[in-house]
Amino acid sequence: MVQRQSELELAVTETVLAQPTKIRRNAKKKIRIRVWKTYRIVPWVLFTLLTSISIYTLFTMDYGEVVLLDATRQFFTDLQRIFLQPRLSGRFSFETLLQALGMTVGLAVITTLLGGVTAFLMALFTARNISHSGLSNAIRTVMSFIRAVPTILWVMIFSILIGLGANAAIIGMSFHTIAYLTKVFSESIEEIDSGVIEALRACGASWWQVVFQAILPSCMTALLSWLFIRFEINFTNAIAVGAAAGAGGLGFQLAMTSSFYFDFHEIGVLVYMILAVVAILEVVAIRLRKKYIIHA
Amino acid sequence: MDKTLNQDLFRKKKQFLFVTLFSFVVVYVVFSQFVGFQFGAAIAAIPQSFVWLFTNFIPTENSIQSLPLILSKLLETVLLSITATMTATVFSLITAIIGSETTGLNKGTKTVARVFASFFRNIPIVVWAMVLLLSFKQNEFTGYLAITFTTYGYLTRSFMETIDEVAGSITEAMTATGASYFAIIFQGVLPMVFGQLISWILFMIENNIRDATLVGILTGTGIGFLFDLYYKKFRYDMAGMVILTIVIIVIALELSSNKIRRMIH
Repeated sequence: MVQRQSELELAVTETVLAQPTKIRRNAKKKIRIRVWKTYRIVPWVLFTLLTSISIYTLFTMDYGEVVLLDATRQFFTDLQRIFLQPRLSGRFSFETLLQALGMTVGLAVITTLLGGVTAFLMALFTARNISHSGLSNAIRTVMSFIRAVPTILWVMIFSILIGLGANAAIIGMSFHTIAYLTKVFSESIEEIDSGVIEALRACGASWWQVVFQAILPSCMTALLSWLFIRFEINFTNAIAVGAAAGAGGLGFQLAMTSSFYFDFHEIGVLVYMILAVVAILEVVAIRLRKKYIIHA
Repeated sequence: MDKTLNQDLFRKKKQFLFVTLFSFVVVYVVFSQFVGFQFGAAIAAIPQSFVWLFTNFIPTENSIQSLPLILSKLLETVLLSITATMTATVFSLITAIIGSETTGLNKGTKTVARVFASFFRNIPIVVWAMVLLLSFKQNEFTGYLAITFTTYGYLTRSFMETIDEVAGSITEAMTATGASYFAIIFQGVLPMVFGQLISWILFMIENNIRDATLVGILTGTGIGFLFDLYYKKFRYDMAGMVILTIVIIVIALELSSNKIRRMIH
C-alpha cells in the first residue's frame, strides 16, 4: 500500500518535472488512466481462473439422485422445524444434554490450555528475535506439516492407539492447536520492541530472565487473546470430533439425533445450545481482538 | 513518587500473571475430572503412538497402486473447496457492500447483513452438514452447500471489515465529486479492495480443503470418504498415503498463496 502510494507520488513528480511529457493515449486518442502492472494483473488472472474452475465444477458435480427443487423445499421445512419448534422428545433429558455440552466445553478447555503451554515453549524457540535461525526454521517446517493435517484425522489416528474417548480427542486436537498457536505466538513475540530485549541482554540477563522479565510481560495480553480465539475454534472442533469420530460430547448426541432418529425438533434444541455458547465466545473474542491484537 | 508508581506497576503485573496461571490450573483440574482426562496416560501414549504411526502409516507399493484413485478424490475435494469459496464470495460481496458501515444502503440492510453473517458463521460446519444431509442426501452437492454456508459467514464479516478499513476515504472523496452510488462501488471501492479480497479468498480455499475433508467423512464424498474407508478397513498404509497427499497439497497451496500475496501487495 505504502509502496504503491510512493510509486504514484514519484510518477506525479516525474510528470511535473519532465515537461513536456509524452502523454500516453489509446486508439481513440483518450488519455490512458490505467497502468497495467503485476499487482493489478495477477489478481484479475487469478480471479478469472478460479471463477472458470468453479463454473466447470458446478456443471460436472455429482448431485446424487435427489430432485434439487424438492430437496430445497424439504430443507426449508427442516429448518422451520429446527429453529421454530425446538423441543426434546424424551430420548435425552435436558440434564444429559447439559452434561454433554459441559463435556464438549471441557475438551476444548483442556486442549487449549495444554496446547497453549506447549505452544508458548515452542514459540520461544521459533521467534526469530530470540532464537537461532536454524532451529526456528526447523520448528516452522514441522509445524506447517502438522497444521496441514485436518484435526479430525489426528483424532482418528490417536483413537486407534489410545482408544476412542476423551484422551484421544484431546491429544488429537492438541496437535493442530499447538501448530496454530506456535505460529501466532511467535509472531506476537517477534513484534516486541527489540530495544527491550537488547537492554536486558546488555545488563547481562540470562535467556530465561529475558523470557520472564521482557517477553512475557510485553505480550501477555496478546497471547491470552490468541488463546481465547483458539478456544473458540476448539469448541467447534470438539463438536466435529464428537460427531465424526464419536469421541464424546454434544457432537455425539447430534450425530445420533440426526442420522439415526431424524428428529428435527431435538436437533433444534441442540443447535440452540451450541449457538448460545458460540455467540458468547464470539462477542468476547471480537472485543479481545479489537483491544489487544489489531494495532489501529 | 515515580519509584513507588513503578513498583506498583510491577507488582500488579506479577499479580496478574499469578492470578491468570492459578485460575488456568484450577480450570484445568476441574475439567480434567469432569471429562475423565488422564494426563499421564495420554502423554505416555504419545511416543509409542508415533513409533506405531511411522511403522503402520508408511505407504507401501500396494498403496502407490491406488495413487490415481487417491489423487482423483483429492482433486474432487480441491475443486469443491474452490467452487464453494467462489460461490460464497459472490454472495458475501453483495451482502458486505450493502451492509458495511461505509457503503451500506441504510440501517436496515446493515443490521440484516450482520445478522445473516453471524448466523451462518456461528452454526458449526458439522451441524450444517448433518442438517443438509437429511434433505440433500449423501452426495458432493451437500458438502458443497455446507462449506458454502460457513464460508459465506466468514467472508461476509471479513469483507465488511476490509471495506470499512480501506475504502472509507475513497468513498468520501467520490461522494464529494458527486459520483453515483454505483460509480462509487464499481470505480472506487471494488478496485481498492480487490487485492485484499483475493487474499481472503486464497486463505478460505486453503482452510476449506481441511474442512472439506471433515465434511467428506459425513457426506461420503471426496478425500475424507476415502480416508474413512481405508481407516475402517484397517488399510493404514493407504490412509497414510491419503494424509501425505493432503499435506502436500495444503502446503503447496499455502506457499503459492503467500507468493501471490507478495505479488499483489
